[in-house]
Amino acid sequence: MHALDGNAIGGLLLEVFGAEMTTATGTCAHCGAAAQVAELVVYLEAPGTVVRCRSCESVLIVIVDVRGTKCVDLRGAATLQ
Amino acid sequence: MARAAVLGRLTWQVAGVEQVVDETPRVRTIVLDVPDWPGHRAGQHLDIRLTAEDGYRAEREYSIASAPDEPVAITVERLDDGEVSPYLTEELRPGDGLELRGPIGGYFVWDPEDGGPLLLVAGGSGVVPLRAMLRHRQRSGSDAPVRLLYSSRTLGDVIYRRELDQAADGVEVVHTLTREQPPGWTGPARRVDAELLGEFAWPTEDGALAFVCGPTSFVETVAAGLVELGYPPARVKTERFGATGR
Repeated sequence: MHALDGNAIGGLLLEVFGAEMTTATGTCAHCGAAAQVAELVVYLEAPGTVVRCRSCESVLIVIVDVRGTKCVDLRGAATLQ
Repeated sequence: MARAAVLGRLTWQVAGVEQVVDETPRVRTIVLDVPDWPGHRAGQHLDIRLTAEDGYRAEREYSIASAPDEPVAITVERLDDGEVSPYLTEELRPGDGLELRGPIGGYFVWDPEDGGPLLLVAGGSGVVPLRAMLRHRQRSGSDAPVRLLYSSRTLGDVIYRRELDQAADGVEVVHTLTREQPPGWTGPARRVDAELLGEFAWPTEDGALAFVCGPTSFVETVAAGLVELGYPPARVKTERFGATGR
């Protein structure tokens, strides 16, 4: 599977959050590493969109489209601001 | 209603295709007339959405190729097994409509106030957002010195070749051709590596701002090489693309 970065989901995040999110800072709930969303590792071809920490590879964000509704799992992100 | 307000900030709209320009046999620039365009920054993207007759939809994100004061344009490389790029590069004609939304992104952008020197490193069609920065620099009258290191397979694969050959004052362009070089080629002929970066990148003490765009493995190599040279990670902006992204 091809790893991209957070730039690739700028449109999706704008749709979900209603704001420009690639310059937001996400903190990994597992290892505590903080990075701009644009710098996080993104997999588009997983079932849904998966965003991982570049330091420890833990999952920060999962976004899945369920019959037209975007379901967002942020449990892996300690903060997103 | 909150939902309506959210949707209102980024909505799909239909743009008109003004012009198509073949850059290489595989790459085409599409100039668009977007009726409701709020303006963009150099390096930003837009999303394109194609809808099939049966309702199946495919979305792709493309870098904007034009400066903020120019008509919106994207440059698309045809991927033979792609769902979107063959249509954009082979079927689309001036006068057609194209569904899009944008602009998108705020990380991989350059504004003239950011100054320079700028180190731009491109692999293949990763040159597209960097070209928007170069055009913006020139059209805004910025004198930030720029070095562009651009890796292509062959000379025929170089996108914007004529435009880059006529680069403005203060812009140095170096091509490296990784697969095939024309007779008499004196430039670099290998993938960008630490040694090539060491020769070409601005010295660390110049405090350059680097933008690196290309396939994932290319970006990883270049970004790691620059950090090894002493570039602070925060001064190395990266953007990766792959078959699904373009």
